[in-house]
Amino acid sequence: MSVFVNRDTRLVVQGITGRDGSFHARQMIAYGTRIVAGVTPGKGGQSFDTVVPIFHTVGEAIRKTGANTSVIYVPPALAAGAIAEAADAGIQLIVCITEGIPVLDLARVMPFVQEKGSRLLGPNCPGLITPGVTKVGIIPGPICSPGRVGLVSRSGTLTYEVVNHLTRYGIGQSTCVGIGGDPIIGTSFIDVLRAFQDDPGTDAIVILGEIGGTDEQKAAAFVKQMVRKPVVGFIAGQTAPKGRRMGHAGAIISGSAGTAEEKIHAFESAGIAVMRRPVDVVELVRSQGVGSRK
Amino acid sequence: MNLHEYQARTLLRAAGVPMPDGDVATTPEEVEAIARRLGGPVVVKAQVHAGGRGKAGGVKLAKDPAEALGVARKILGMTIKGLVVQKVLVVPAVEIASESYAGLIMDRESQRPVFMVSAAGGVDIEEVAATSPEKIARLPVDPRYGLFPHQALGLALAVYHDFAQARAAAAILQQLYAAFSANGASLAEINPLVTTPGGAVLALDAKIVVDDNELDRRPDLAALRDESAEAPSEVAARRAGLTFIKLEGNVGCVVNGAGLAMATMDLVKYYGGEPANFLDIGGSSNPEKVVDALRIITADPGVKAILFNIFGGITRTDDVANGIVAATAQFKVDLPIVIRLTGTNEDQAFRILQSAGMRALSDMDEAVKQAVALTRGAA
Repeated sequence: MSVFVNRDTRLVVQGITGRDGSFHARQMIAYGTRIVAGVTPGKGGQSFDTVVPIFHTVGEAIRKTGANTSVIYVPPALAAGAIAEAADAGIQLIVCITEGIPVLDLARVMPFVQEKGSRLLGPNCPGLITPGVTKVGIIPGPICSPGRVGLVSRSGTLTYEVVNHLTRYGIGQSTCVGIGGDPIIGTSFIDVLRAFQDDPGTDAIVILGEIGGTDEQKAAAFVKQMVRKPVVGFIAGQTAPKGRRMGHAGAIISGSAGTAEEKIHAFESAGIAVMRRPVDVVELVRSQGVGSRK
Repeated sequence: MNLHEYQARTLLRAAGVPMPDGDVATTPEEVEAIARRLGGPVVVKAQVHAGGRGKAGGVKLAKDPAEALGVARKILGMTIKGLVVQKVLVVPAVEIASESYAGLIMDRESQRPVFMVSAAGGVDIEEVAATSPEKIARLPVDPRYGLFPHQALGLALAVYHDFAQARAAAAILQQLYAAFSANGASLAEINPLVTTPGGAVLALDAKIVVDDNELDRRPDLAALRDESAEAPSEVAARRAGLTFIKLEGNVGCVVNGAGLAMATMDLVKYYGGEPANFLDIGGSSNPEKVVDALRIITADPGVKAILFNIFGGITRTDDVANGIVAATAQFKVDLPIVIRLTGTNEDQAFRILQSAGMRALSDMDEAVKQAVALTRGAA
């Protein structure tokens, strides 16, 4: 079992002929993801690597191929438009990998996405993977392994670091979800925590947060009230200075709000076992009685 | 990106916000000339990216051009929170009957721009928000439609009891929203928004922060960046396409990805060291970026050891290895380097480093411990 993606995921890649889009489309196909269509306006009627039909629009791609999920690799200036197009066409899950989208563009497109009933994951995220089944985005397949721990994170490579530890010690994952490092994102920690709580294939949850904003604090409150599965957490940015944007547009301590201390405290108060180092994930997950070798 | 007050004024005035005339100067003589042109008493205001300018002595009243000259001599060149004042804004002194606050920020929670207005003006609004939030009227704006006239009037009436003043303030709020929206701002504020004894409503100060993601498509805004207010290493890093923030420690960090970069700095601290910087080489794997990164880090005299932490995903670790080898061939690196590489193409990466006489680790904790130990040896 898994959250958001599964064997029925039929993927359309928006920006499939671009540098990043083509590279990752090949990686996803190699992993077993069912890519049913690509979209590049102006290249409709062609095919990608002779196997994936390309369309001018997402609407056409859905009508011809039954795509239900999209992944976006288009440049920042065009990305909000691509999100709107996917939502308008009826895509259920839109995964936006693009980094650097102007925040106002996203603020304008978010209400539209909600009205259309689509879910946006990201932007500025690595996507998600259900190990052994399908991946949508850029998370490297070989570091993941199938299993029963759900992982949700604001960052890309930190996710890889933690997943790698889990896999190396025989703890597989149900789904790994990157929600993205921007100040405005379509799917929050809470959305993913709720999905993991409801997923019978997930026994424990790992949450990787960072400085900036209040999403982690809200996630902690949600865990306390609604989550009945063990949760292990990490907060990056304990050494980050105030008022500086730490790479991710959302990773900034404003005034005295959004510090690592504040978030670690919120996690601990909610009963989340907090790792001090990424490697601690193994011990902490095992101490919850999950993931020990059979 | 923070704009200076004089730059923010230009954007607000272009949107129609009523502000007193004024000009920016870099020498005391220019200040004197501006004061003469404006006539009457003026205020000379330091243009630096630091709060608390007034308390630091960076904002002074002068009753005539001669006094403005003297004041400018003091302010120009003074240091406020580590920043040297190179420019001042000269504006006419305005008689104030009341001061209020009007601001607009991109709010993460509501995912919308949110207006905040308050009759408590001229003071730090974060303090007001913390101590007496009931004094602030808030309104999230749907950015698809912008601020409707009745919303602007409603906000203005929360602050002004005189209807004519409320109507004038409402117009200013709409102009403020227009400037925010047209310039891709993440914050735009007027503090104070004042009334004069004659009843006019005027903006006396302006602050705008532009969303960094806006700058690629807005060269006009990107050109407003004041590089003299930044650490030279940060300017060099941005030109090289790297995200770099200088800190005070001695372990230079080169990492791919922002989250892992922060976690690496935290781990340096965990093992008893101090990170010298945040540096994210990004997702691409251009060896040239690695060369630039090493050049920037080795230029910091505080750095005693360099730590690479690369988890290859999109980033190919062999490209990073090639970059390290190329850099050490291009210029002499006298500092010890600890390299942790894992992920995409790591076998090739290890071979590339080995044939150049370097070795790499695959474990993050081990690498961080070694780097911290090396700074001790060098101390």
